[in-house]
Amino acid sequence: MSFVSGESPESGGRERVGDARRVDGNAAGGMFSEIFVPDLTTARAKCAGCGAEGMIGSLPVYAHGMGTVVRCPKCDRVVLRVARTPQHVWLDATGATCIVISRGT
Amino acid sequence: MSADAAAPRITWRLATVIDVVPETPRTRTLVLDVPAWPGHRAGQHVDVRLTAEDGYQAERSYSIASPPEDARLSLTVEELTDGEVSQYLSEVLRSGDTLELRGPIGGYFVWDIPVGGPLLLVGGGSGIVPLMAMVRHRNAALATDMDARHRLPARLLYSSRRWDEVIYRDELARLVEKDPTLEVMHTLTRELPEGWTGFTRRIDRAMLEMVAWPPSEQPRVFICGPTPLVESVATTLVELGHNPALVKTERFGPTGGSV
Repeated sequence: MSFVSGESPESGGRERVGDARRVDGNAAGGMFSEIFVPDLTTARAKCAGCGAEGMIGSLPVYAHGMGTVVRCPKCDRVVLRVARTPQHVWLDATGATCIVISRGT
Repeated sequence: MSADAAAPRITWRLATVIDVVPETPRTRTLVLDVPAWPGHRAGQHVDVRLTAEDGYQAERSYSIASPPEDARLSLTVEELTDGEVSQYLSEVLRSGDTLELRGPIGGYFVWDIPVGGPLLLVGGGSGIVPLMAMVRHRNAALATDMDARHRLPARLLYSSRRWDEVIYRDELARLVEKDPTLEVMHTLTRELPEGWTGFTRRIDRAMLEMVAWPPSEQPRVFICGPTPLVESVATTLVELGHNPALVKTERFGPTGGSV
């Protein structure tokens, strides 16, 4: 049996485009794996606004059809923003002073 | 452990549904055969992608319910009102059907024996799924080692709306019965069965003070469920003195489990 879309993206329902839900970096892990090779959920990001640091898996993430936004839990500024179009992935990391990825041992 | 940078990129794979197991009136477990599955850690999830004949695609994330010890991968899916993907997975998908998935995803919200304990799990609604993978892993890995289980005790505080919506209810009762080092405390927030003696409200500071080990024990804490529950419990535990680095969170969004 095949999947048939229950509703168009524009109609009502929880999963429509534009309906931002707050989750966290864990939920964006699969999307990040399309951009970064190492697991980004265990990487630490430093907020360019207030300097707070945290593991990306723990940071609040707002995801909707057009894009994904990772916010600082302390000052609510955007730390990372990813938008996907059919041809490109746009990554705006200006909200992060740095991202530190563990190389493991 | 090999370096993260050397880990292979996760790719979409075609999984076959081997079995569909009803859990509660609105949840069921899909048991999947995934060719060349690389293995996973308890707490990780997969992304599932469905494609309609007209090319329309929808993606959702589902926590892995099975422990790494299981040969097959299990996902427990909750049927959401108006959820096009969850409706399909809950009502239409049958044994023999296939679906695309990628994973395992996420190294932050994971627990296995080497991470240590005590282990404190706090879940709301369908947030129990990744926590159950942790409980099952602990049970499988330490099945014959009573000393190890005493050194690594586990407590689960599980919030649900009603008794018949408690996922894995009977399995948890069986595990508790045979393992005195595992404690499960339920709280029900909407309806109580006759003779109920458990907690009867949303998880709050008083309940956490009663259930959590003191911060000096350095419990590894994992909180999963609806976003408001997760954030409130995490904040409260840190206020009670727990090390934030030991308190891990996975937010399922506003509808996650609906407690």
